[in-house]
This record gives sequence, C-alpha cells and structure tokens, in this order.
Amino acid sequence: MSWRHGLAAALVLPIAALADAPAPGDRRSGYETMSPALRAMQDDDVANPGMLWVLDGEALWSTRAGAADRACADCHGDAAESMRGVAARHPTFDPRSAAPIALDQRIERCRVEQQGAAPSAPESHDRLALTAFVAHQSRGLALGPFDDPRLRPFVDAGRASFHQRQGQLDLSCADCHDRHPGRRLAGNVIPEGHPTGYPIYRLEWQTVGSLDRRLRGCLAGMRATVPAPGAPELTELAAYLAWRARGMTIETPAVRP
Amino acid sequence: MRTRTLVKVPATARRGEVVEIKVLVSHPMETGFRRDRTGGAIPVDIIRRFECRYDGDTVFAADFHPAVAANPFLAFTTVATTSGTITFEWVGDNGFAHRESAEIQVE
Repeated sequence: MSWRHGLAAALVLPIAALADAPAPGDRRSGYETMSPALRAMQDDDVANPGMLWVLDGEALWSTRAGAADRACADCHGDAAESMRGVAARHPTFDPRSAAPIALDQRIERCRVEQQGAAPSAPESHDRLALTAFVAHQSRGLALGPFDDPRLRPFVDAGRASFHQRQGQLDLSCADCHDRHPGRRLAGNVIPEGHPTGYPIYRLEWQTVGSLDRRLRGCLAGMRATVPAPGAPELTELAAYLAWRARGMTIETPAVRP
Repeated sequence: MRTRTLVKVPATARRGEVVEIKVLVSHPMETGFRRDRTGGAIPVDIIRRFECRYDGDTVFAADFHPAVAANPFLAFTTVATTSGTITFEWVGDNGFAHRESAEIQVE
C-alpha cells in the first residue's frame, strides 16, 4: 500500500502547491477587478488624486531641509533617472539592520541621517508624498526580482505569517487572498493582494496611505493583534507580498476603492 | 500643506468645438458629521462653491455640499469661442480661496 500512498502524495502535492498561491501567469492586480470608472480615474493623471501627493513629493525632493540644509536633489539629482527602479527593489535587504527595509523607511533614514531632518511619523503627509514621488518614478516597471539570498529568510517568515491563522475570526491572509480572490467580502471584491501601487489613494480613506496601513487595516478586520506602524513583522509580510508579486507592473499612485 | 490642483484644458481648439475641461483640487472636505477620539465634533470645513470663467464669462459653476468627497474632481464641457484665459476659483469655509488659470488658443 505504501507505494500507492507515495504516488498519491506525488500527484497531490504539486497541485496543492499550485492551488496555494496564484500562478505567476494568472496573477491579477486589484486594478483589473475595479470598475471601469475607477480604472479611468487611476489612468488619468488629472483625475487621479494620488498625483497631488506625487506633486507634493516632487516639491519636497528639491526643497532644502534639516540641519544639513540639503535637498534630496542635491545628492540624488534628477529623480526620473536616479530613482527609476528603486521602488521595484523594495523592501530590500538592509545590511546595517540585517533586516528588510521598506521604501518609506529607507527615505526616512536618508532624511534623518543625511539631511538632519526631524523624524516623521509613518503615515505623515510628507513621508507619504516623498514615497509616492519616488515610487512613481518606477511606474510601468516590473516589481522584483527579490532574488537576494539574504532577503530569503524574511520572505519565508512573511510567507509563514501570511498562512498563519490568527485573530478572533481564525483567518489567515491566504484564506481570502489565495483561496477566494474575485469573490466578495461584504460588498467588496477580494483582491489577490499584490502591492503594486503603493502608496495608494484609497477612496475609503479619502487620502493616500501606505501598504503598512492597508495591512494593519486588514489585521484589525480579522480581529487579530495589530502591530505598530513600521513593525518588523509588517515589513516581512510586505517583503513576502512583493516577492509573490514579482514581475507585476508598478502602478504608483494606484487608486483603490 | 499648500493647496494643489490638477487642471486639464486643451491648449488649442477649433472655433465652435466642444472642449472638455477637468479640474481637481486638494481639500479634505471635512463633513462636520465626524467625531474625534474624545467624542468632540470635528467642525465642518468644505469648499462651498466652484466657478469657471472663460474670458470673464461664467461658463460653469457648482455648489458643493458635505457629501462631496475629499479632493473633489470636476469634468465639464464648454464651447471654444475665442482665444483667452480660463480661470477656476474655489471658495470655501475658513477663508479658503484658490484660483488657477489656463490659456486656450482658438483657431
């Protein structure tokens, strides 16, 4: 009997692995399940309110700040060249902290250490605006590839928490975003959960927000413990989601319902 | 944070052509119905009126109310009659007033 079990396991396992996460060719950005009106809103740079944050970020880019009285542009020059592709690489492995670092955290470190600016809160307007501006320089590029072996253990940790049932509803992220994308949770279409457009302009928020805020909102909805903004476990989860969405097109600033 | 706008007016148009104008302005559009963490009412703070003037004539105007979303977006059309300046003006609570303008060339 044992060879039969072995054969059954060999047949079942690859299928189970495929069913676990959307196959690379089948992945769909939340953009594709939005209404035509919302897609038009994102596509038109005059109708997309996220562009207000991009414009604010552009102004901050060339504004001198902090004790060093230096602007981002003084070191990095034209963001269209120097920042192109940067958002595609984040979260990236940061050798100094030996942990992954998200784009907004990387920008914040540069602001505090190189410019001598006062630290900013994670969801502050200026941090979101600069992050949106920098990420916007990568619009249309492919996310990833996130093949740094040092990032691997954190992606694995993020994957584990993605599949971990938690909270009073005993749900994992995968329960909705891997198993039931396209179906509805209350009135909303469940997306596959690809972080391709952050920071996003979310209609429910009436403002731009980070992936961190989105993840904390989801965890609160699951009635799970919500980590503090910028907590390492959120960055690990973000690293896994980015790895899972590798190759997909960056949309920043995306619009979502 | 300063007020920002996104404005789209065709740079050129033929005389008599119907042209589409799009405008978006940054504004929180605080409804006055929300409460803060301590239960106190957050006072209403919205844009009350928008006007678009083409060569001095009002071609489009709108009254805004608390149900209008933050960062309100408007799209409307007008007939290109003459080369000139199209001005946009938003006026609201707490002394909010913002003006933008765009040039249109009519052939």
